[in-house]
Amino acid sequence: MNITRRQLLILLPAAAIAWEHILAGTPEASPNYNMTDHWWGMLMDITRCIGCGSCVRACQLENQVPDGYFRTWVERYHVTDWEVEYPKVDSPDGGKGGFPTAKEDGGKNFFVPKLCNHCADSPCTQVCPVGATFVSPDGVVLVDQKYCLGCRYCVQACPYGCRFINPKTETANKCTLCYHRITKGLTTACCEVCPTGTRQLADLKNPNDPIHEFLRTHSVQVLKPHLATRAKVFYYGLDGSVR
Amino acid sequence: MQIPVEGFMYPNEVELQWSVLIVLYPFLTGLVAGAFILASLERVFQVEAVKPTYRLALLTALAFLMVAPLPLQLHLGHPERSFEMYLTPHGSSAMAMFGFVYLWYLLGVLVLEIWLDYRRDIVVMSQSNTGWKRLFYRALTLGSNNISERSLHIDERVGWLITVIGIPSAFLLHGYVGFIFGSIKANPWWSSPLMPVVFIFSAMVSGIAIVMLLYMLMCWLRREAIDMRCVDTVAKYLFYTFIIDFSLEMLDLIHRIYEADESFRSLDFMVHTRLYLSQVVIQIFLGTVAPIGLLALTQVLKLTDLRRKRIYVIAGCLTLIGIFAMRWNVVIGGQLFSKSFLGYTTYKMGFVAREGLLTAIVLTILPFVILWVLLKLLPPWPEKHSVATSAAASAD
Repeated sequence: MNITRRQLLILLPAAAIAWEHILAGTPEASPNYNMTDHWWGMLMDITRCIGCGSCVRACQLENQVPDGYFRTWVERYHVTDWEVEYPKVDSPDGGKGGFPTAKEDGGKNFFVPKLCNHCADSPCTQVCPVGATFVSPDGVVLVDQKYCLGCRYCVQACPYGCRFINPKTETANKCTLCYHRITKGLTTACCEVCPTGTRQLADLKNPNDPIHEFLRTHSVQVLKPHLATRAKVFYYGLDGSVR
Repeated sequence: MQIPVEGFMYPNEVELQWSVLIVLYPFLTGLVAGAFILASLERVFQVEAVKPTYRLALLTALAFLMVAPLPLQLHLGHPERSFEMYLTPHGSSAMAMFGFVYLWYLLGVLVLEIWLDYRRDIVVMSQSNTGWKRLFYRALTLGSNNISERSLHIDERVGWLITVIGIPSAFLLHGYVGFIFGSIKANPWWSSPLMPVVFIFSAMVSGIAIVMLLYMLMCWLRREAIDMRCVDTVAKYLFYTFIIDFSLEMLDLIHRIYEADESFRSLDFMVHTRLYLSQVVIQIFLGTVAPIGLLALTQVLKLTDLRRKRIYVIAGCLTLIGIFAMRWNVVIGGQLFSKSFLGYTTYKMGFVAREGLLTAIVLTILPFVILWVLLKLLPPWPEKHSVATSAAASAD
């Protein structure tokens, strides 16, 4: 088949659009989404994180997060030697704009992205006086913005510092795991933009999800396991100094 | 407004969530519970010596209880939705019970007990007054003008029963406030099974202290002699309760120091720096050790009435300052350190703001204004009582 230059110029953009569509996946229509078929979590391979802050920026854009507040952020840890209990940590503006150059003093540096752990036994939902925050049947901790009193008890109860009070709405706010996206078959904004694949959305109820193979074959941890919150953000490569 | 941070805080932790108004809330409910428990001494435990403070204690409890929910309402992001706590309370939330515990204590215990105790006086005043006062007291009688011996005897029995129910209710009211803090496992400064017990005893301490001070103030304002037997007894109870409270707090402190868990280094640093003035100086030494020492003096030395009175006034004021500092250190202190245990933030209190200092001052003064009105409407003084009783007798 002979293709003229003119035809090629028309076909290339069309092919690019088609390829982008394939990469993005076919969005599942929301009405067909069955909550009980899913149990969402996330895999965080911190050996891959480069601290670029793309995830923080994407989250803020996608979810209209006010400046100074964070649904997700990135921390940089610096551990010099054996005193792993006292690391030096920084997170300038939540790591949104990346990080300044680290000190060259022989220690190790690494990045730890954080977000709501969507705990199955979440302390924040336990304390809400009106049940405005809840664990959805698909395992996402959500806040009903039209019902929240703004008492801030949930903010106090979250051990990971993932909640804040939105100054515009005066209600509790947090990561929704981009619920508006994942229920349409898309991934979260932070996973979407992560250039290294550090973050991977995981459906723990889907037997074909690659997370199962990963969890079976790798050493993973959750944050603050002693608090028994049944966190569903699994960290690979987590250092003992991380809080 | 830039908030100074030392070390590392999770980014959402920098701003404090619970302000001075939340400090005020346990302080006010503590006064309520303590005042009620003092009143119950006379009613249930037959401690006749404290009788002159009985009605004053009940009215004080009511005045403070009426103001107690205001700091919470002012603090809520959506106060208009607070009624949802009654309609759809969340079973697993300690805070969800607030509305029910509050309403039970206000209407099921305090108002009912005051009404029963004053019923005879109310009926008498509804007959002896004219104009709006007559209408007001007539409304308060709730249509029952029966003040026969038998009727008053029933009032007395029912009042006694309510007080008996009221004692665990007072414990519930304040123990529950302690539980709100003590059950937060994310926060090691709060998370302790001792917290509700410490809150109950500190409540008793503050409630006894304020009733003692108010009684002495009322006597001074009314140019009456202070019943020293009464004040000595109240001070003795204050002393004993304070020792239990202090012992519990020290037990908590020693346990933390000895156990020295992962949070200890961070909390210890906070106590030695940001909380040094409010915790070590004001709460422990000025607000606890000093009043306990002063009260101990009155127990072991034979002092003149005047000296004892002076000591009681100083010890009472120091006690209230100490208990307020304790509430401050619990509420504010529990938010100054990061849950990562790697840093500290600062509490910036505004002056003219919804949750500012001015609001806190107004809310602190308001119960005294309400108490003044209550004292005018329902005078607890024995001589007025006797005048009213004689008026009733003549009316009969």
